[in-house]
Amino acid sequence: MMNSNVSKPKHYRSQKKANAVSLAVTYLILIVMSIIWLIPFVWVVLSSFRCEYVDGTFVGTVTSNFFPKALGFTNYKNLFTATYYGVSHAFPRWLLNTLIVAIVDCIISTFLVLSVAYCMSKLKFKLRKAFMNITMIIGLFPGFLSMIAIYFLLKSMGLSGNSDNPTLNIVGLVLAYSAGAGLGFQIAKGFFDIIPNSLVESAKLDGCSNFKIFIKIIIPLAKPIIIYQALMSFTGPWMDFIFAKVIIGSGNPECWTVAVGLYSLLFGTHPDTNLFTQFAAGCVIVSLPITTLFMFLQKYYVEGVTAGAVKG
Amino acid sequence: MAPSIKSAPINKVKKDNFFVRFGRGIGEWFTNFGKRFADGSIGTKLSHFIFGAGNFYHKQYIKGTMFLVLQILIILFLVLCPSVNGTPYGYKALANLSLSNVTEGGDFDPNTGAFTQGSNCMLMVLFGFVTIAVIIIYIILWFKSIQSSYKADMDIKVGKKPTTFIEDLKELLDSKFHVLMLTPTCIAALVFTVLPTIFMISLAFSTYNQQDMDAQMTTLFHWNGFHNFVAVFTGDGTLGMEIKNRFFPVLGWTLVWAILATVTCYFGGIILALLINKKGLKGKKIFRTIFILTIAVPQFISLLAVRNILGEYGPVNSLLQNLGWTTGPIGFLGLNAADNEYLAKVMVVIINLWVGIPYTMLMTSGILMNIPSDLYEAATVDGASKTKMFFKITLPYVIFVTTPYLISSFVGNINSFNTIFLLTGGGPTYVGYQAGGTDLLVTWLYKVTIDQGSYNTGAVIGIFTFMITATITLVTYRRSKAYNEEDTFQ
Repeated sequence: MMNSNVSKPKHYRSQKKANAVSLAVTYLILIVMSIIWLIPFVWVVLSSFRCEYVDGTFVGTVTSNFFPKALGFTNYKNLFTATYYGVSHAFPRWLLNTLIVAIVDCIISTFLVLSVAYCMSKLKFKLRKAFMNITMIIGLFPGFLSMIAIYFLLKSMGLSGNSDNPTLNIVGLVLAYSAGAGLGFQIAKGFFDIIPNSLVESAKLDGCSNFKIFIKIIIPLAKPIIIYQALMSFTGPWMDFIFAKVIIGSGNPECWTVAVGLYSLLFGTHPDTNLFTQFAAGCVIVSLPITTLFMFLQKYYVEGVTAGAVKG
Repeated sequence: MAPSIKSAPINKVKKDNFFVRFGRGIGEWFTNFGKRFADGSIGTKLSHFIFGAGNFYHKQYIKGTMFLVLQILIILFLVLCPSVNGTPYGYKALANLSLSNVTEGGDFDPNTGAFTQGSNCMLMVLFGFVTIAVIIIYIILWFKSIQSSYKADMDIKVGKKPTTFIEDLKELLDSKFHVLMLTPTCIAALVFTVLPTIFMISLAFSTYNQQDMDAQMTTLFHWNGFHNFVAVFTGDGTLGMEIKNRFFPVLGWTLVWAILATVTCYFGGIILALLINKKGLKGKKIFRTIFILTIAVPQFISLLAVRNILGEYGPVNSLLQNLGWTTGPIGFLGLNAADNEYLAKVMVVIINLWVGIPYTMLMTSGILMNIPSDLYEAATVDGASKTKMFFKITLPYVIFVTTPYLISSFVGNINSFNTIFLLTGGGPTYVGYQAGGTDLLVTWLYKVTIDQGSYNTGAVIGIFTFMITATITLVTYRRSKAYNEEDTFQ
C-alpha cells in the first residue's frame, strides 16, 4: 500500500508522457491519411480550373502535371454552353433532369419505405413474416439481372428507349428507381422497432386508429429516419450512372441524368479525351450540392446506417 | 418457417414442421371454401361466379360494382388479348409461353414494300408472365369477393348490419391499415422487381442470345432446359468456351475479393475509428468530415479520378518516370491487355480501402463509445496491456455487435459493381474472352448481357451469384440473434 502511494506521482508522469507521444503519433497518422484521402478530390478540383494552351489549342486531356500551369473558368463556361451528343446546352439540361428525377423519387421512395416499415414493425397480420422472408430473398438477386427486364417492360409501355416522346423516358426512370423502394424497408424497420410498443398500445386504448397512430405518433418520432431515407433516395439518381444509362438508352441524350452524361463524356459512343477537364468541372458542380447536403445531414446518415446494420 | 432446433430456446413451444403446417393450411382452406358455398346466402353462392353478387345482395352497391368492374376488365383482358407491337396478352400469351409456334419475320416484300413482322419471343415470354400475374390477381379477387359476401352473411346472422362502404374505408385506416399501406409497394414490386426477376431467371433456360438490344423485334428463341447450366462445365453454350474456361476463375476471384475487401475495410475502419476517437484528440469533426468525403462524393467521380491519376498519362506514372524509377508507364489498373493481372487485383483491393474504410469508421465509432467502461477498468486493475485489451475486449465486442453488418458488407462486396467497373473495367482482358482478370461475377454479367446480349448466359451467371449470396445470408442470418429473437426484441 505504502509503496504504491509513493510511486504514484512518478508513474503518473511517465504515463502522461507516453500519452503525449501516442497522441502525436495519432495526429501524424491521421494527417497523412487525410492527405491521401484528399489527393484525388484536390486533383479533380484543380483539373476543373485548369486552363492550359499548347500552340494555341486548349488542352483538356489528363496531363502529367498534378498542379495546373494556368487557371481559369474556361471549363465551366464550356461545360454549360457546349453541345454534347447533338444536344445544345446539354449539361444544364442533364442537371434539370436529375433534379426532377431526384425530387420525385425522393418523395415516392420515402413514402413507400415508411409505410412498409411501419407495417412490418408495428402491425400484426397474417403474412407479415412471409412478406419479410420473400423481400429478403428477392433482395439477394443481383440488380443487374432484373435491370434488363425492367428496360424491356418499360419499353413495351413506351416508357424507356422512347425517341418519339423523350420526356416519357424520365417518367420511366422515376418508376424504375422508386417502384422497388418499398422493399428496402429494413433500416427504417430497425428504427421503428426501437420505438416502444407501449406507446402504440396506449394510443390504441385511447381509441386511436392505426392510421392516426402512424400520423400522430410514429411520423413525428421518425424524423431521423425520414431524413435518412430522403437523403438516400435524393442522392441516388445523382450517383447512379448504370441503371439510368440502360433505362433511358443511348438514343436519347437529352433525357440523360447528369451522371450518365458526364460518364459519356469520357466513355460514351463518342469519347473525347480532350473533354477531361470539362468532365472534372461537371464533377465539381455535381459533388458540391450533394456533398454539402451530406455533410449537413451527416448525423442522420450515421444514425441510419447504424440502425440498419448493428441490430441484435 | 420453423426455427432450427439448435438455436431455439428450450422453453419455446416447438412449432410443427413447415410441410405439416402447409398441408393443414390447404386442408382448412378447402373446408372453408366448401363451408362458404354450403352455408352462404344466395348472394355468397352467386359470388362464386359473379364477383360482387353477394355485395349487391347485401346492398353494398359501391363495393359490388368495384368487384364486378374488375372482373369484367380482367376477363376482357384475358379473352380479347390486347397486343403491343404485334405480341398479344391474354390467353394467347399463355399459349405463346411454350414458344413452339413462332414465325420468322424481318423480310421485305420487294413487290409491295410490306414488312412482315416475325414473332418477338422476348415479349411473348414477358407478356405470358404478365398474364399469369393477372390470373393470380383474378383468383385473389375471387376469394375476396366470396369472403366479403360471407362476412356480410355472418354479420346478419349475429344481428348486425352488413358494413357500409364508409365503414369499409374506415376499416382500411385501422384494423386493415396494413392492406392500405402495403398495396402500393406490393403492386410496384410485383411489376418492377418480381416479374423482371422471374422473367430473367426463365431466360436462363432459353437460347436467347441477342447481339443488338434494339433489334429485338425479330428475335426468335426457344426453351432448352438446363443446357446453359451444363455449358458451364462443357463449354458448348452460346458463349462458347468462355463460360467454361472463365467461370471458375471469376467465381474464385469474386470470393477472394469479397473476403479481402470485407476484412481489410472492416479492420481498417475499426482502427481509424479508434484513432479518431482517441481521448484528447482535437479536430475530430474535421478528420471525420475528410474521411466521409469518399461516401458523400458519387463513386463515378471519385473512382474515375483515381483511375485517371493512376492512368498511363496521369500524374503518378509521370512522376515515377521523372524520378527515374520506371522507364515506361505502369499499368496499375490493368487497363491494357498486357498489364499484370495480380498488380491490378492488389490495386483494386487497396483503392477499395479508400472507399470502404469510412463506412466501418462511421459504423463502429458509436459502438466503441458504448463499450462498458468497467470492462476496461477491470482489465487495467488486472494489469492488462493496451494491445491485450484491444484484442480481448474491444475487438470481440465490436465483432459481436456488428456481425449483421459484416454479412451484409460481404454480400455487398460480392456485388461490388462500381469499384471494379469504374477502376479497371474488369481488365486486364484476355484475348478472346469477355471476362478479364479483375472481373467479378456481376461485372461479367453486365458485359455478357448489356454489351454482348447473351441474356441466357447472363441469367445463368446471375443465378449462380444469387445462390452464393443466398447461401451465405441464409446460413448466417438464421443463426443470428436478430432473426431468432425478432419477436422478443419488439
